[in-house]
Amino acid sequence: MSFKDISQIAGSAMAAQTVRLNTVASNLANADSVSGNENDTYRARKPVFAAVMNEGPNAEAGGRVQVLDVVQSAEPLRKVYEPDNPVANAEGMVFYPNVNQVAEMTDMMSASRAFETNVEVMGRVRSMQQSLLKLGEM
Amino acid sequence: MGINFKEATGVHADALQLRSERTRILASNIANENTPGYQAQDMDFAASMAQAQSSTDGGLALLSDSDPLYRVPFHPTSDGNTVEIGIEQAAFSQNATDFQTSLTFINMKLKGLAKAINGQ
Repeated sequence: MSFKDISQIAGSAMAAQTVRLNTVASNLANADSVSGNENDTYRARKPVFAAVMNEGPNAEAGGRVQVLDVVQSAEPLRKVYEPDNPVANAEGMVFYPNVNQVAEMTDMMSASRAFETNVEVMGRVRSMQQSLLKLGEM
Repeated sequence: MGINFKEATGVHADALQLRSERTRILASNIANENTPGYQAQDMDFAASMAQAQSSTDGGLALLSDSDPLYRVPFHPTSDGNTVEIGIEQAAFSQNATDFQTSLTFINMKLKGLAKAINGQ
């Protein structure tokens, strides 16, 4: 019945937020991965979420969330003059990734909070289901 | 004079079904907290309850029979998402507690019936 759906909905959100945390970790880890070539430089990655509406009789009653794609940010890279850097190009320039560390930190907090909320939903639904199973017990 | 279980449990049997349906809607809202363009939904509990009570065949009218209702957000967002997590969490918590309340009422009713059956 619908209890299974609810667990799946909360589970899908937990999976989606995990993907989001993964991209945040990757972006923060590579915030200083310089390169001498604009095309080879790391670019910040962002997941794109989308709602999956249920099919069948209760189609409108909400649905799961899925990660449609992980896109790379189109923000311009940071170009810095570092002639001593071993990867610097002929003009002595290196490219820094377009990772906004402050934005990544807030994104991380938002993702972990959303994850926790869905864990709570799952726990609450489980206790509802358990008390329903105890119905009529003396 | 027989015991009618459908009458004994009263509104609470229908209420349980509607509560679990609403739990699903609210769980979807919470799950899609960060989905761009997602519009938070809810059900008109009183109207659904009245509909369930009026249907004489005992079949429960679920949300599919009526159009979904959408929440009006207090703060518009740039990505078109209308989920406000505090409101959804509060509604979810209240709904879960109401579910337990209905369950407790049914349980008490069944215990009363058991006592009557055993002649205590």
